[in-house]
Amino acid sequence: MSEQAGVTIEDVRRVAELANLELTAEEEPRMQRDLNAILGHIAELNELDTKDVLPMAQVGEMLGGEAHTHGETLRKDVVAPSLDRAAVMAVAPETDGRFFKVPKVIER
Amino acid sequence: MPTISEGQEKDIKMDFTIDTVRAGVADGSATATAMAELHYSRIAADDGDKGKGINSFLALSKERALAQAAKIDALAAKGEELPALAGVPVGIKDVLTMKGSPATAGSLILKGYRPPYDATAVTKLESAGAVLLGKLNCDEFAMGSSNENSAYGPVLNPRALDRVPGGSSGGSAAAVAAGFAVATLGTDTGGSIRQPAAFCGVVGVLPTYGRVSRYGLIAFASSLDRVGPFTNNVKDAATVLQVLAGQDALDATSSDRPVGDYVGALEKPVEGLRIGVPAEYFGEGLDPEIRASIEKVLDGLKAEKCVIKPISLPHTKYAIPTYYVIATAEASSNLSRFDGVRFGLRSAEAKTLSEMYRKTRDEGFGPEVKRRILLGTYALSAGYYDAYYKKAQQVRALLTRDFLTAFNEVDVIVAPMTPTPAFKLGEKTDDPVAMYLADIYSVAASLAGICGVSVPCGATKDGLPIGVQVMGRHFDEATMLRVGLAVEKMQG
Repeated sequence: MSEQAGVTIEDVRRVAELANLELTAEEEPRMQRDLNAILGHIAELNELDTKDVLPMAQVGEMLGGEAHTHGETLRKDVVAPSLDRAAVMAVAPETDGRFFKVPKVIER
Repeated sequence: MPTISEGQEKDIKMDFTIDTVRAGVADGSATATAMAELHYSRIAADDGDKGKGINSFLALSKERALAQAAKIDALAAKGEELPALAGVPVGIKDVLTMKGSPATAGSLILKGYRPPYDATAVTKLESAGAVLLGKLNCDEFAMGSSNENSAYGPVLNPRALDRVPGGSSGGSAAAVAAGFAVATLGTDTGGSIRQPAAFCGVVGVLPTYGRVSRYGLIAFASSLDRVGPFTNNVKDAATVLQVLAGQDALDATSSDRPVGDYVGALEKPVEGLRIGVPAEYFGEGLDPEIRASIEKVLDGLKAEKCVIKPISLPHTKYAIPTYYVIATAEASSNLSRFDGVRFGLRSAEAKTLSEMYRKTRDEGFGPEVKRRILLGTYALSAGYYDAYYKKAQQVRALLTRDFLTAFNEVDVIVAPMTPTPAFKLGEKTDDPVAMYLADIYSVAASLAGICGVSVPCGATKDGLPIGVQVMGRHFDEATMLRVGLAVEKMQG
């Protein structure tokens, strides 16, 4: 964040690729503009010295929860029925009843 | 309990409460079935284009609702003791799953998806006798402050039809305000229950993080997402929260702390409670009519012998930037599951797997969702992680400490809920930063994990509702609701 060069069109394309998003030619400059506006606002965080502050990932950590669980409470490790496979497969776009089917993976 | 006939219904808009519904069901003067049908007729009259076009419901679940209503009526006929929400018509935000009903999350990418399971909050409501009317419109994946990001059209504010209802739970707030449901469920990640409650003039509760199970909630930002109720009054909110609260083995972040007696707590006077008033919530940008309204609330609490104490939450101004790093980073991870493989939309265009992911997500996600996924992915990407994500997590700790320190000296914190009343449709849609700033008074409580409630406290001279927020300590919803009730009583 120290270098405020800003987000370029190339950055937008690279991040879109990482996120598996396809942007249209009209969307790219708009996203660039918006990301720069939002990141400009986010840059205000640099005003704060946080050198000695532990990052907070979960609320429970701040309430004296046990450190190794991040304040979460873990359930007992026991076998229990999960959702019925047939019910799950019934709402998928394409299946053979046992597996999800997808287009071919290897491109040539 | 007023009897309900069609002629009467046209003349008076009756706002039912949980108590009046239960009493009517118990003595048979208004059965659960009649109550469900009345609310469906209100929806048919004013939710669609032929009426006011509020557009709060995305799907109705009549079969399930009427079966449940018949079950409750049979219980009542036998003279058995009725559960807490017997016959109460409720609506569910479309980011929560209801077995067999659509769950679009306001997005095209989940069009046609009917989840095969109920969210824990939904199961709990139905087990307590509630009648589930259907699913409610919201901003896509709960990302928005105006409900204008829904793929299924905006929701109108029932109190002023040219205005937004707030968001993201705009449909949930509007449905209660319009009398389509007695209570609804919403979700709140950065203000999505409390801000629309303020805009629509209803009560909205953000429970403490971990108080209500998130199982069956389509995740946006898992360390921030919470489920909570909208109602017409504080007592109803306490009643619904009582049903929702508690640990759930299906949500590892749900807390095992004992659940308070929220309804019972409302009997206690507020005398002697220490009310913190944070200077940072009364700065530049606060609408003068809202300021005056909040000051009146504080005068009222003083008259009830509360102790009013000025406090400081020094990191407040960093809440919005912190929120937009953390929430978008978590969203970029959570929303990677929408890829056309297991549920919802799959692009018909794609010939290969990677093309299918990209095209499905391109066709399925709206612009705000794409914007947030990009921002979150950027913040988490190599070279930027420490500068953005870690930094934001550190500031989140500072913001949380602000509250923990303040709560050493005060019992609750009272502040305006929103800087302005409901804005006009289309007013902020071209400026994401302006839209994000609509949540300026709500996001800090979200980041800190504390509880909060928005309570109506009057209206502007143009008749737009004003909300005041009461924030409480972690897991101290009881004290927060007591103060909320005191505020409600002042309104006369």
